[in-house]
Amino acid sequence: MSAPDAVIRAVELTKTYRMGEVDVHALNGASLEIYRGEVVAITGPSGSGKSTMMNILGCLDRPTSGEYYLDGELVSSLNDDQLASVRNRKVGFVFQSFNLLSRTTALANVELPLRYAGITKGRTDRARQALVAVGLANRIHHRPTELSGGQQQRVAIARALVNDPAMLLADEPTGNLDSHSGKEIMELILTLNKERGTTIIIVTHDPAIAAQTQRTIRIMDGKVEQPEAAR
Amino acid sequence: MNFTQAIREAIESLSANKMRSGLTMLGIIIGVAAVIAMLAVGAGAQNSITGSISGIGSNLLFVFSGNMQEQVRNEKPLTMDDANAIADPFQAPSVAAVAPVVQGNAEVTFAGETANTSIMGVTPDYQLVRNYELTEGVFISEDDMLARASVAVLGPDLADKLFGRRDGIVGEIIRVEGQPFRVIGLLQSKGGSTFGSQDDVLLAPMTTTTARLIRRTRERIDVIYVQAVNADQVSQASEEVAEVLRQRHRTLLGEDDFTVFSQQDFVATAQTITNVLTIFLGGIAAISLLVGGIGIMNIMLVSVTERTREIGLRKAIGARRRDILIQFLTESSLLSLFGGLIGIGLGYLIAFIVGRVAAASGTPFVPQVSLDAILLATLFSTAVGLFFGLYPANRAAGLEPVEALRYE
Repeated sequence: MSAPDAVIRAVELTKTYRMGEVDVHALNGASLEIYRGEVVAITGPSGSGKSTMMNILGCLDRPTSGEYYLDGELVSSLNDDQLASVRNRKVGFVFQSFNLLSRTTALANVELPLRYAGITKGRTDRARQALVAVGLANRIHHRPTELSGGQQQRVAIARALVNDPAMLLADEPTGNLDSHSGKEIMELILTLNKERGTTIIIVTHDPAIAAQTQRTIRIMDGKVEQPEAAR
Repeated sequence: MNFTQAIREAIESLSANKMRSGLTMLGIIIGVAAVIAMLAVGAGAQNSITGSISGIGSNLLFVFSGNMQEQVRNEKPLTMDDANAIADPFQAPSVAAVAPVVQGNAEVTFAGETANTSIMGVTPDYQLVRNYELTEGVFISEDDMLARASVAVLGPDLADKLFGRRDGIVGEIIRVEGQPFRVIGLLQSKGGSTFGSQDDVLLAPMTTTTARLIRRTRERIDVIYVQAVNADQVSQASEEVAEVLRQRHRTLLGEDDFTVFSQQDFVATAQTITNVLTIFLGGIAAISLLVGGIGIMNIMLVSVTERTREIGLRKAIGARRRDILIQFLTESSLLSLFGGLIGIGLGYLIAFIVGRVAAASGTPFVPQVSLDAILLATLFSTAVGLFFGLYPANRAAGLEPVEALRYE
């Protein structure tokens, strides 16, 4: 069922690491599809291959075998620089530890993906709009150290959205936040999905977060368990 | 990522760690300053030496007895007759003036002051050949020669030693080896004493000298100064002089028993020596620049390790290999370029101070910072930054995003 609106289509992905003498099969024939406009949680216990799955979905890593289509493009066989370009255009990352450049302002942080895309015209305006969209209109020129954790994560979300990616990949986005700002960030993510129709994938092991999504994909022993929707 | 942005970002990240960047630059600063200063001192030494050689006179040839390269049997000494033969315009048309000289050392006294100085028996043409100017009195004349007059012309340094002044000396009677001589003139200072004491001399008529001060058999003389008609004729004159002497010494076959040196030969020799000196000093300075470069590499490696997560993040949001490479190369080249610029200033200052110290200690010596040296130092230091930045930058660019993001 390769519907045209599948943002992500992964077929029989495997990933094998060599650790000393032993081959570790982090992924062992995992297949999944995620559709445009969906909010999906990927969960699984540690060691299940969840992180490997996220790295491959985010084009940070290549599968050992299998095919991965992102936004209709076969990305599983691209080289490093091509992958960098795909990440730049189609993937927005939100990390647990924000990963902002501490020396530069919020605006410069959000501009960064546009810089690597080679965009110069209207770059500042687009970055500004993205910051307004996450509710940081009055913090544009602050440095990350002058912002609270929740605000920093908002900057990170603005940075992820500024290139209009095909999907937003969030890795434990609330993991480093207190429950109040964690709730706010989840609300923001869900709002962005409603208002902009952005496809959102949240990697988490927090059932409360997973419960807020439309669908949960469980990874177990390098395989995808039957999607809950089909249950 | 365009160029100005890359530079701005590099400056931002370098200034985020001012102490470290400064210390790293210090290595390059010292290296470049050393190169600049050493080259300047070398060029200054060269100018000073060639200057003092040309100060001896112009278009000069020096004729010595003996052959410095080959063993010659039955060497004949140079004599006054040899000098007269060279002065003959029919035998040596390219020769303008000839000045035979006998030289030795003698004790000169005046009113209890004693000085040991070099004395020279000269002819009137000596003034012409050596470009001597007098500050007072007159030079030795033909009449003095014929009369074997006991007269002397003093160099300014000798006047300082004997009289403690440089004027009102003409007419005083000094004693040379106990014999009274009347001072008839005082030479103007030639300065530039790199080449022995040009100003600490006593000149007396050749005839008087050989008769009373330096005993010589058969009119032997030590050196003949020969001035060529003009600069183009120097080698021609050299040939003519050699030909005349070969005839007179009957050495048409076999080795010459004399040596003709031109001023250019001296200059060339001196230049070879100072060039070797400059290369040697510059080489040592270049090593310190190399060490500075290794310092840059070291710090950039630390910086890459420290910023592994940042590199991972940049890659995650779309930085290509090239982007990261350029980022780190820009940082290391800027570091060495700034270091180079400051080093040029410091080197200039050191050269200036060396010049001042030399002037204060009585050696007129002006270090010269040439544009070549500045360009060379700038280029070289930037190249050092690029070269030693290449390995760390390559390492940064080659990081796997997954690994880099996981790095703590």
